[in-house]
Amino acid sequence: MTTEIPRYFLEMTAQEVRLCGLLLQEHFGDVVEKVGTHLIRSGVLTLRALAHETKLALDLVKKSLCVLVQHGMCTFGPGRRGPAGPVEYRINCERILHMLRYPRYIYTAKSLYGDTGELIIEEILQRGQMTMSSTVKTVADRLTHNMPEGQSMDYSEVVSAFSRLVETHFLQRCPPMASAGSSSSGAVDTSLPVVTQPAEPESNPECYKLPYINLTGQGKRRRSSEDGEDDQRAAKKAKTDNSQCGDEGIYWQVNFLRFHLHFRDQAIISAVSCKLDQTSSEIVRTMLRMSEVTTPAHAAFTQALSANEIFRSLPSNYNIARPILDQYLTLLVDDPMEFVGKTGDSGGGMYVVNLHRALANLARATLESVVQERFGSRSARIFRLLLRKRHLEQKQVEDFAMVPAKEAKDMLYTLLSENLVQLQEVPKTPDYAPSRTFYLYTVNQLPTARLLLQHCYKTIGNLIERRLYETKENKRLLEKSQRIEAILASLQATGAETAQLTEVEEMITAPERQQLESLRHHINKLDSSENQVDETIFLLESYINSTQASR
Amino acid sequence: MAGNRGRGRSQFTFNVDALGFGRGDSLPTSAHTPSPLFPPMQFRPVPLHTGEEVEYMLALKQELRASSKNLPFHIKAARTKTDVARYSDKYQNGEPKNNCIEWSPDWSRMPKELCIKVRKPRKTGAKPQPARKPKVSAGKEEVLQKLETLEKSEQEQHSEEEADEEKKKQKDEEEEPDVDEDYDEEELEDETDYIMSYFDNGEDFGADSDDNMDEAVY
Repeated sequence: MTTEIPRYFLEMTAQEVRLCGLLLQEHFGDVVEKVGTHLIRSGVLTLRALAHETKLALDLVKKSLCVLVQHGMCTFGPGRRGPAGPVEYRINCERILHMLRYPRYIYTAKSLYGDTGELIIEEILQRGQMTMSSTVKTVADRLTHNMPEGQSMDYSEVVSAFSRLVETHFLQRCPPMASAGSSSSGAVDTSLPVVTQPAEPESNPECYKLPYINLTGQGKRRRSSEDGEDDQRAAKKAKTDNSQCGDEGIYWQVNFLRFHLHFRDQAIISAVSCKLDQTSSEIVRTMLRMSEVTTPAHAAFTQALSANEIFRSLPSNYNIARPILDQYLTLLVDDPMEFVGKTGDSGGGMYVVNLHRALANLARATLESVVQERFGSRSARIFRLLLRKRHLEQKQVEDFAMVPAKEAKDMLYTLLSENLVQLQEVPKTPDYAPSRTFYLYTVNQLPTARLLLQHCYKTIGNLIERRLYETKENKRLLEKSQRIEAILASLQATGAETAQLTEVEEMITAPERQQLESLRHHINKLDSSENQVDETIFLLESYINSTQASR
Repeated sequence: MAGNRGRGRSQFTFNVDALGFGRGDSLPTSAHTPSPLFPPMQFRPVPLHTGEEVEYMLALKQELRASSKNLPFHIKAARTKTDVARYSDKYQNGEPKNNCIEWSPDWSRMPKELCIKVRKPRKTGAKPQPARKPKVSAGKEEVLQKLETLEKSEQEQHSEEEADEEKKKQKDEEEEPDVDEDYDEEELEDETDYIMSYFDNGEDFGADSDDNMDEAVY
């Protein structure tokens, strides 16, 4: 969820910069990493300054900037000297960090719109921005490739999946360029054809409008070398047809905000399901679905819905009676997590989902869980106590938490040294004498959440570095195994005998095989951990952004 | 918190009991070294989530990582020639060049200053054969001619060839790229004593296509 202030105007922390660098290197290589990291650290730079300071060849810097702009990770605009001066570039760190979440976006698209939706999102994520026609063709080809011989995917099916993604706002048009030089021919060639790059895609009224494209046909199967010529002819034809689809210049990008709202809803629904029961979560799901289009992105709660409306909109396989629904709603309202609130009595009762409060509660649960897993359940009890009671003296902590004095002190000091708990001095007398001052322990949820978020960034940075280290250590073995696999594949394709295959397989010895297996296991674990830490990052980021938006 | 340290050394200005130890107790040992890099953990971490969703996202992540290395957005700096200039350098054109971009962005959406030459990717796989035969024989004629003058004017030829390449590259952007490119490659191939497909890095062990049979075999 984005705040009102674009995040790239604020300072990036060291951990964020490090993580962005690692992600850029993983996806785009060392050159782009160097350019990107330098730009993050410097803020805004012109092309010349960037090339000079990174000591890279100008062409390499140009290419890197092209890649970053293509993916929406870098924006450009007129510099300090106005439109006549050199263009200035600025990195969008938030967008780089979204790369961690690509598997989650793709999986969500798959669960909502099937394999077609999955591939559409995957292609657009990997290429940054694409036109509708090229997306449809590429995805149709990929789907055809996986289908049995003789079948192919029709373009119209892909078009309909694309349309549904646009209708539900998961895809949006890239903001159009306000071209200063397009209308005047023979004008002076300024260094930038655009006045400035508009930041908000939704400021374009046609943001979710599908273009009319003239595209019929089916996906093409990539054939083996015998039919190379046919394939080339077809490919050539496809290229020349490209210009006649009717949607040139209209590029689409993934709407991350929409995906984040979806994730937020999912988190709330699963929390309700865990805390209460399945039926309650279905009711909350219905409420969220009903208010999807009417609730603005940063709203603190959904629009008020009457119990009558909710009853009518429940899914048909949920046959609960009207009085039972009322009971469930009352339960939800009374629950201390405050997922649902009651705002009126008309229409059988007006109810809202408390979005910001739900996020705050989810963040709080995350913090408590972290303390519990790192420091034990008694420390967690003390932490929870301080969260609820705000300020407590040492003695009070011991009493309320029912923990012996010595251990309570020990735990408090450990938490204090980790910055999870703060000490607040409240003087009784103006001279701040220690014997006449209250020393109160306190926990502030927002700063603690920020601290934990930084820990998460650092964690993922460490996970990536470890994975790179493991891969590097075993590079020789990995390359050998890849070569063997390639040989095996080609032998199998040409129909070799089993004896030959076994002979090749045995080129990897048993201990090497074991080493490879354990390496693969480690890498899987590291990758999976990254995905899981990213879930925590999402929750904490959403909570932090929601508090900033409401200020 | 300094308080009055002067009056009476054994007098503390704050309530000592609140600290958790009485007078005369030994203070906790002070740290002599920085804390260890990997301190032993008090509690073991909770195991990772498992399940179909988790497995699928893991597979997706690894696939994305592998495929992003093959996309043209993965920028590699051109290798600077470190030691002796090798004969094979002239013919190994698969290496990226710094002054070309390997994909074609929509230049109307980028600042003009970023515009550089777009390089059409060369096809290193199977080459289409039948339509090429007439062109190849024409190429052979040229090759024989060039072979004759090879020893005398090697330098001139080198630059001529490069100029040819440049011209062809520029033409590529206007005409059908595939046709000229393959012709270019074929011509270059015919110029060497060695068949291109024999110049491999060991990556395609046993996977070479043997359908260059129209060229000279030794």
